[in-house]
Amino acid sequence: MQIYLPIAEVSVNTYLLLGIGGLVGVLSGMFGVGGGFLMTPLLFFIGIPPAVAVATGANQIVASSFSGVLAHFRRKTVDLRMGTVLLAGGILGAAFGVQVFAALKAMGQVDLLVTLFYVVFLGIVGALMFIEALGAILRARRSGPHTPARRARHSRIHSLPLKMKFRTSGLYISVIPPFLVGILVGILSAIMGVGGGFIMVPAMIYLLGMPTKVVIGTSLFQIIFVSGFSTMMHAGTTHSVDVVLAVLLLVGGVLGAQLGTRIGVKLKAEQLRILLAALVLAVCFKLALDLLLRPAELYSIAVTKGA
Amino acid sequence: MRQRARVLVCSLGAVLLFAAAHAETVVLGLSQHEVAITTDFRGSHLWIFGAVRREAPIPTDSDLDVIITVTGPALPVDVRRKERRFGIWVNAESVHLSRVPSFYAVASTKPLSDVLSATEDLRHHISVGRLVHTVGAAEVTSDVESFTSALERIRTREGLFQSQEGAVAFDEDTLFSTSLALPSNIVEGAYATRIFLVRDRKVVDWAETEIDVHKVGLERWLYTLAHRQPLVYGAMSLVIAIAAGWLASAVFRIFRR
Repeated sequence: MQIYLPIAEVSVNTYLLLGIGGLVGVLSGMFGVGGGFLMTPLLFFIGIPPAVAVATGANQIVASSFSGVLAHFRRKTVDLRMGTVLLAGGILGAAFGVQVFAALKAMGQVDLLVTLFYVVFLGIVGALMFIEALGAILRARRSGPHTPARRARHSRIHSLPLKMKFRTSGLYISVIPPFLVGILVGILSAIMGVGGGFIMVPAMIYLLGMPTKVVIGTSLFQIIFVSGFSTMMHAGTTHSVDVVLAVLLLVGGVLGAQLGTRIGVKLKAEQLRILLAALVLAVCFKLALDLLLRPAELYSIAVTKGA
Repeated sequence: MRQRARVLVCSLGAVLLFAAAHAETVVLGLSQHEVAITTDFRGSHLWIFGAVRREAPIPTDSDLDVIITVTGPALPVDVRRKERRFGIWVNAESVHLSRVPSFYAVASTKPLSDVLSATEDLRHHISVGRLVHTVGAAEVTSDVESFTSALERIRTREGLFQSQEGAVAFDEDTLFSTSLALPSNIVEGAYATRIFLVRDRKVVDWAETEIDVHKVGLERWLYTLAHRQPLVYGAMSLVIAIAAGWLASAVFRIFRR
């Protein structure tokens, strides 16, 4: 069944969109990630204009994060104070990112910017996860169950000024590092159409030293507001949020996430992480090839609207 | 008032003179005067037909041919070319063209080069090669032609430029008809439909009408809202997203019990 998307102005197969939403949902349920980093490239591949894919991705993330954060609020695993600091940075970063996005769109370089961001960040995160998970598997083979990596307790970030008490996380640290992490995630949210959990979660654990149980809830809390802000900014400046597309992806995503959670329980943590790392690297590799190989069609047409 | 009457008389006279000089005139018809883009829009087929009206017997010294064109709204476009820089392929040179039809289809009874002189083609902008005006673009780059031919190539591949020589059926030198496919990726606006009667490589008569292509219903409403009131639209998208997220979590909590 074909459906005509009012903002993207293309006709696509409804089941294909539900399927993509479902696939990303399964992965997000399995690995506990938002899946924006997969959703946006998949939308590029099926012919959704990049600007619409990124802006709609942000809208769709609001929905999936909202259903996630409710569960965390019930379990009281959201550090609201830390979330607010991350959020303040996030809003600043997103505002900056949307401006960069709009400027490069006018210059015809937005596709390049988005692809480069994807290749660099997916490459780094994928490689780190792969090495870490492989190490964990090897250690487990050699000496049975291993002790989890200790989080940084007394690094340089603890000597920074503007210290604040984060009771839920049991931390007394400077607000500068979380604020900077927030800015970075905000920029990524606006340019890549992702929530940024794949950067924020490791940063919270290893850089800020937050306890693992509050990390997911707090990052979801930040993601909802930053993605919501990105959605509003994109709607206001580039008019590229397609609500029909978002709803279709959502329906698939919600169903997929439930299935993914069940699959996730049956797999071992290291296996899960190595699978996710392989997936991240595969997407990165595909996008890098597009940049490195000579394209079949060197020319492209862009209608310069607004006239 | 008197002036207007005089204009009317003059133009009436011109019409009569015109009719006398051209023994053959075209009467055109359309299967539909508007195309509605609905939620399940998958493209559309237009059936364009008509007849040749004449006062005198059919001339036998030369053949009569029919050319039908449909032109979508003209929009400014940038054509960009990728180049290898620092090892990766990036958009480098670009050419801005201020008016390019977003859709163009030409159908004819015989190959265009056989029935139409270059002068007439130039005057009426009939063949696909006459569509793109490169005025001003030549200052930017030396090989504008490779950019315009790329534009034609890409648009043809997407079904947005169509050249269907021999696709017009012509019965008894009087009744003609053709069918054109509008793809699903067309833009909204007025689509000018022209019919030319051609004899001895010259246009002897032509007629024009418009087909209105527009979004309707939900599509229309969402598109208008997104462009006229972006903040309201953005807020609505967020409310829908949050409601859907909440609903999903509520439904699955019920299931888990």
